[in-house]
Amino acid sequence: MTRPLIKVTGLCKSFGALRATDNLDLDIREGEIHALIGPNGAGKSTLVAQLAGELRSDAGRVEFQCRDVTALPPPERVALGLVRSFQITSVFREFSALANVALAVQARQGHSFRFWRGALADPLLTEPARRCLEQVGLGARAETPAARLSYGEQRQLEIAMALATGPKLLLLDEPLAGMGREDSAVIVELLGSLRGRHTMLLIEHDMDAVFSLADRISVLVYGRAVATGTPDAIRRDPDVQRAYLGEEAHAGEFFHA
Amino acid sequence: MTSLLPNTPRRWAVALLAVALLALPPAAQALGEPFYISLVSRVLVFALAAMSLDLILGFGGLVCFGHAMFVGVGAYVVGILAHHAAEETLLLGLLPGTASGWIAWPLAMLCAGALAAAVGFVSLRTKGVHFIMITLAFAQMAYFFFVSLRAYGGDDGLSLAARSTFSGLVSLRDKVSFYYVALGVLAVVGLLLWRVTGSRFGMVLQGAKANERRMVHIGFPVFRYRLAAFALAGAVAGLAGALLANQANFVSPAMMHWTRSGEIIVMVILGGMGTLVGPVVGAFVFLLLEEALSGWTEHWQVVFGPALLLAVIYARQGLYGLLPVRESAR
Ligand SMILES: Nc1ncnc2c1ncn2[C@@H]1O[C@H](COP(=O)(O)OP(=O)(O)OP(=O)(O)O)[C@@H](O)[C@H]1O
Ligand SMILES: [Mg+2]
Repeated sequence: MTRPLIKVTGLCKSFGALRATDNLDLDIREGEIHALIGPNGAGKSTLVAQLAGELRSDAGRVEFQCRDVTALPPPERVALGLVRSFQITSVFREFSALANVALAVQARQGHSFRFWRGALADPLLTEPARRCLEQVGLGARAETPAARLSYGEQRQLEIAMALATGPKLLLLDEPLAGMGREDSAVIVELLGSLRGRHTMLLIEHDMDAVFSLADRISVLVYGRAVATGTPDAIRRDPDVQRAYLGEEAHAGEFFHA
Repeated sequence: MTSLLPNTPRRWAVALLAVALLALPPAAQALGEPFYISLVSRVLVFALAAMSLDLILGFGGLVCFGHAMFVGVGAYVVGILAHHAAEETLLLGLLPGTASGWIAWPLAMLCAGALAAAVGFVSLRTKGVHFIMITLAFAQMAYFFFVSLRAYGGDDGLSLAARSTFSGLVSLRDKVSFYYVALGVLAVVGLLLWRVTGSRFGMVLQGAKANERRMVHIGFPVFRYRLAAFALAGAVAGLAGALLANQANFVSPAMMHWTRSGEIIVMVILGGMGTLVGPVVGAFVFLLLEEALSGWTEHWQVVFGPALLLAVIYARQGLYGLLPVRESAR
């Protein structure tokens, strides 16, 4: 058994009367791609925000590499290797693709109280940044301002930036959101190629992607993990069928996948 | 192929500006209009203040509405030290005064920078309108603090007992010398800030302006970088204050009135935020227009206000910002 890279116990978060995260337990093992699925509003993005340190949890505990990180601010979590990406693309629109990634590279190279040397002429930043861009398939678009990239390319950039921080655990909040079939295939292949190098929590509505990539799947409904298991076990789980039936358009796709 | 000639419109503008500024004193004297030397000296001093604001406003996206406070504090440091030197009394019963610029000017930067660090430490925890209001409130506190300082003239201000001295190297009483000192300081600081804005530090500052949330999630604790930029901008504004005291031969609370802070913001926006050269252009246009219009009609502000409004609406990136960054495509 590999030990869990991150261990979540009894995590809670309420918005007023709404329990977005409800006494949630979750383990993610080192090296695995762990998918988190669930209907809209199940609390997936809320969980990501809690794990990334953006939302403060009402109760519960998050341990990352056996260290309690429940109260750690986001930049310190990133420094430990706990990094998120965004469901709604969040890049530096006026910077070139290269500058976007270079900034993420810079973040992991110690403090930035360096006032003299030009950052974008520094190979210590631009070379790793170029490699990240190549990795996600944006090598040819390095000089293009992020705002002028296509939607799909911006999603690729979103992932490149998370990768450039040198993550141990990637929290991917719907990396395929809003993408067409072809663009999706590129990302799915990319994520598959990262298997083993980075542990991933993959949140996704695209069941083909989830079932082809995931080592294990957890199903989140109303802030609770109703099931966790291998893709086969999840497909057969009666609780999951009940949770999805009648309220999810994906249900059909889901059971015949 | 590199050429010694400028290769973009912006570089041409900077080169022409530099030549014009270098040539101004002899030209003004030849034309028998030495008045322009002191007028443009004043412009250079405000250009320095505006440039320091551009670091946090243009590059950092921090709308500080109290920047004149740092200018004023720098000016008062020079004024108060000169006052004690002339009276041969001790400041706070402890420190002797001095007219030496070697001591007073760095101290002006240090005090203004330290004040900026303190103000930033509180205000940078807020955003948007709150940030504007808090920096304004601090500036008003500083203003009333100096108004209440009877020992240094209170409301009326303090005339400078002696211009700053630099071991006999230059005499700031000489208009032309002062002009070139101001120009030299502006050029050196401009060059330094240009490096800073392109450095790793500068990237963090600009990233935090563009998308603070993302900065945090790629691992930057942005507060400390903003605080450092704020202190640096305050220190440079303090240096502008030290120059201003010498230029006006006088210091007074009016230097840190909120309208002054507003004017410095207008200079930055008018010239072009986030360009460093823009604020210099902005200071020129602002102060020369003010001069021309106030000579033309007493109600010059009635014309000035709308003119600025139009400029800001129609030239969103500012006057200098209108020039393309690159050579036009061929
Ligand atoms: N800041 C907030 N304030 C109040 N309610 C919120 C807030 N953020 C999320 N919610 C609510 O919490 C619930 C969970 O939202 P969340 O965004 O985590 O869902 P999700 O599983 O990511 O959904 P989707 O699949 O649509 O992205 C939703 O009902 C949402 O309306
Ligand atoms: Mg979501």
